[in-house]
Amino acid sequence: MSDNPLGVSRPESLLHRIIDSDIFYSFRQSPVVMLSAIVTAVYFLSAGFAPWVAPYNPFDPATLDLMDAFTPPAWTEEGSTKFLLGTDDQGRDIFSTIIFGSRVSLIVGFSAVIFSMVLGVGLGLLAGYVGGWVDTVIMRMADVQLTIPAILVALMIDGVARILVPVHLRDVMAIYVLILAIGISDWPRYTRVTRGATLVERNKEYVSAARVIGVRPIKIMLRHVLPNVLGPVLVLATIGLALAIITEATLSFLGVGVPPTQPSLGTLIRVGNNFLFSGEWWITLFPSLALVMLVLAVNLLGDWLRDALNPKLR
Amino acid sequence: MPKKTTQAPSLHPPMLEVDNLAKYFDVSKPLLARVIERLPRQILKAVDGVSFKIEPGQTFSLVGESGCGKSTVAKLIVGLHKPTRGLIKFDGSDVADAKSSAEIAAMRRRWQMIFQDPYASLNPRWRVRDIIAEPIREFKLAFSKAEIFDRVGALLTQVGLSPVDGEKYPHEFSGGQRQRISIARALSSNPEFLVCDEPTSALDVSVQAQILNLMKDLQKDVGLTYLFISHNLAVVYHLSDMIGVMYLGRLCEVSSAKELFHAPQHPYTRLLLETIPDLEMTGRVREPVGGEVPNPITPPSGCAFHPRCPFANERCKSETPKLTESSGHLVACFGAEEGRLPDAKYTAPKQAAAS
Amino acid sequence: MALLEVENLRVEFPTRRGTLLAIDDISLHINEGEVLGVVGESGAGKSLTGASIIGLLEPPGRIAAGQIRLDGQRIDTLPYDEMRRIRGKKIGAIFQDPLTSLNPLYTVGHQLVETIQVHTDLTDKQALDRAVELLTEVGIPAAARRIGSYPHEFSGGMRQRVVIALALCANPRLIIADEPTTALDVSIQAQIIALLKKLCREHKTAIMLITHDMGVIAETADRVAVMYAGRIAEVGPVKNVIKQPKHPYTVGLMGAIPMVGHDVERLTQIEGSMPRLTDIPEGCSFNPRCPKVMKRCFTDRPDLMHAGKTDAACWYYTKEKTGSKEKAGA
Repeated sequence: MSDNPLGVSRPESLLHRIIDSDIFYSFRQSPVVMLSAIVTAVYFLSAGFAPWVAPYNPFDPATLDLMDAFTPPAWTEEGSTKFLLGTDDQGRDIFSTIIFGSRVSLIVGFSAVIFSMVLGVGLGLLAGYVGGWVDTVIMRMADVQLTIPAILVALMIDGVARILVPVHLRDVMAIYVLILAIGISDWPRYTRVTRGATLVERNKEYVSAARVIGVRPIKIMLRHVLPNVLGPVLVLATIGLALAIITEATLSFLGVGVPPTQPSLGTLIRVGNNFLFSGEWWITLFPSLALVMLVLAVNLLGDWLRDALNPKLR
Repeated sequence: MPKKTTQAPSLHPPMLEVDNLAKYFDVSKPLLARVIERLPRQILKAVDGVSFKIEPGQTFSLVGESGCGKSTVAKLIVGLHKPTRGLIKFDGSDVADAKSSAEIAAMRRRWQMIFQDPYASLNPRWRVRDIIAEPIREFKLAFSKAEIFDRVGALLTQVGLSPVDGEKYPHEFSGGQRQRISIARALSSNPEFLVCDEPTSALDVSVQAQILNLMKDLQKDVGLTYLFISHNLAVVYHLSDMIGVMYLGRLCEVSSAKELFHAPQHPYTRLLLETIPDLEMTGRVREPVGGEVPNPITPPSGCAFHPRCPFANERCKSETPKLTESSGHLVACFGAEEGRLPDAKYTAPKQAAAS
Repeated sequence: MALLEVENLRVEFPTRRGTLLAIDDISLHINEGEVLGVVGESGAGKSLTGASIIGLLEPPGRIAAGQIRLDGQRIDTLPYDEMRRIRGKKIGAIFQDPLTSLNPLYTVGHQLVETIQVHTDLTDKQALDRAVELLTEVGIPAAARRIGSYPHEFSGGMRQRVVIALALCANPRLIIADEPTTALDVSIQAQIIALLKKLCREHKTAIMLITHDMGVIAETADRVAVMYAGRIAEVGPVKNVIKQPKHPYTVGLMGAIPMVGHDVERLTQIEGSMPRLTDIPEGCSFNPRCPKVMKRCFTDRPDLMHAGKTDAACWYYTKEKTGSKEKAGA
């Protein structure tokens, strides 16, 4: 039980501790993971600073010129360096639409993940800590939902919301409905993992110590148990981000996602699809590639994080 | 060293009085399985009618092997389990009488618990100073950050660590140091009564010595009463005033430490003392009694020890003995009652010559 | 010639922060039929010693120097397959946790028969009979009926008896027992220790008993080696080491153990704690904590030297003529 026999005396500052940690070391060891991290960071940053990063604002009708429509990418014969990846049927610069589209995809994806996480972790904590019939009810709900494909759940919620929301608010509310739909479709994964981790932590003596002094269960769940179960949840969230982006893209592709005024990558792919067989391949190809790269990078990061946080593999 | 037990009759009520305490756990299989396989309900009687008293300033130890229920008794006393039956009186008043949250909190402040596993008893995500400060904050004993951290610093010094250790996280400390942190946390609410559940069982021998010395010092300095749970008889000998021996949820024998080791009455006590290793190297041949602790879900009838007892008779198989007075001890044994037991053959090894 | 000889063993762990020396030049021997206790606190390296001898050192740990000889034959340099044959046939092993030492998916009988048949030429029927014989010998009642039971159907003490039976299957010359009784109740511990003693007397098997519990050593061992920070501090006949320890660490250790009949107000406290593998002091590794420390202890590492009836690695007992007597203190 000689704890930390290999330990060096720990350096003081947080930055030092991160740089010196085993996790960062495994990060530095893998070029693939570092590349994925860079790619993801680029996406997030460009999405955040879209108006400044994108060469044009493709959704401002004043800047569009129909004469520019259907320009191929810059390196082809008829292309021009004005439009790096070409333009679509309205003369919008594809590169810019991708940047703005990623922004929508990321906002929806990220928010949906936060929603799922809060809902799922909360229910998982309750189920694991309180146990009994609360546990049974929550887990059976999760089981039932897991038998339905996530897309279907999102579609159902979307459909219900459309009926409930008055017509004139539909476009405004569409994003929120979408976030709600995708968020609800994914909570069972978080609940399952959190519940398992909570069951383990609940029996540990530091929880008993808190109970002895009379700390209320809610406080124990949030201040004692939650920090210790977040590890695996973070991994799920990273992979969940990829899932949420794909789900949103699918829904938008099907036409039930974001409104056309705020196209996401999925919308762009759908729109571009119409022109695929008439020879303007770039309108759908580049948004598709952008989507694939984003999801791949996020997935790789999630995989690495899971392995890095797994104490058995360390 | 076991202290004298002949005290002047105390004007104070006992710090802790436990009467016929019991805790049953329902360990039956789920309803569906039971119906299909036609299984009966299974009840685990972890504690089945335990009664004892602890006077203020004393150290009372509960010893026994796994499954005897000593840890469950500790948890019942501090409120981690609700008793199935029985009475717990703390400083003269029934703990069940405290109804309002203020009353309950006032009562809870006066006792604390230390646990066995130094690695699981501190929240790995909290800093040490927050761990120690938790009871202070919970019981609202101090309010300003400065006040609280001053108190934490003083506590850390009291248990042999340094105030700057408050900034660190538990994983930066060794097992013995973590137990010290646990003790500091336990002391932070100024309790009078400390329940210690095998606090040194997971520690190395030299570290155990440090912790035991610390606990003795604190008892003198702060005036604590201890309920000490252990399976290690030598540690119990060193620390206790009174000892209760448990087997399968019941008390076999209660007596002063010196008396218990000098003239053990109950056959199980005698068996336990036989297992103490011969560190004095007297060449004493041990005669370990055979058999194992039975499954607590299906305990033997009557006296739970009868299958392993060399002195068991028919009565032992059908009736359950109660704790009665015998040669100055409280013993739950028909053999002792009926005077059938031979004189205790076990004698404590003579004091070692100076090495 | 001793049955097992370990000479100048060094075990290292290469890590990204540098190479850690877990066992630093230890030598010991076990004679035929004798019980050698290897005692020490956590981190002293006693389990690693056992693992190195039996060839189960987990990578990245590796034997960096030294020799291990069984019956005069070197076993530390054997290829994996040959070592596998020696393991079980000549060296048996008993580990701490009986629950994980047995495969939960196979019956006890199956595991015994399989092991017997790996190391001997017995037929199925003969192996089964031998298995029942072994189970009876280790004290399992109604062995013939219980041979078809699974490990989880046994209690902890019974499981450990099965593990002992497994270790004895092929009549090994040496058994490495790593904390065989730590996970058991005290009354079962006493039974298992008595069983081990009896079996080893009858089969003339030597045992290397690795534990942190001095009480187990006192009851079972003939000789004992006390380990500290990867080195041997003291070694000798068990009675002498326990009753008249010479090395200051052993003295402190024995004083720290509470004993029934020993009435002391405070137990001996050795200040500080065992050094981490990265911080082992120069010279004698015990020097920061030693009440008898001298100047030499900070610079020169002591080898085992005669100190009365035991050997202790302590400059206090050096027989070298140093002119004037060295005083304690730095």
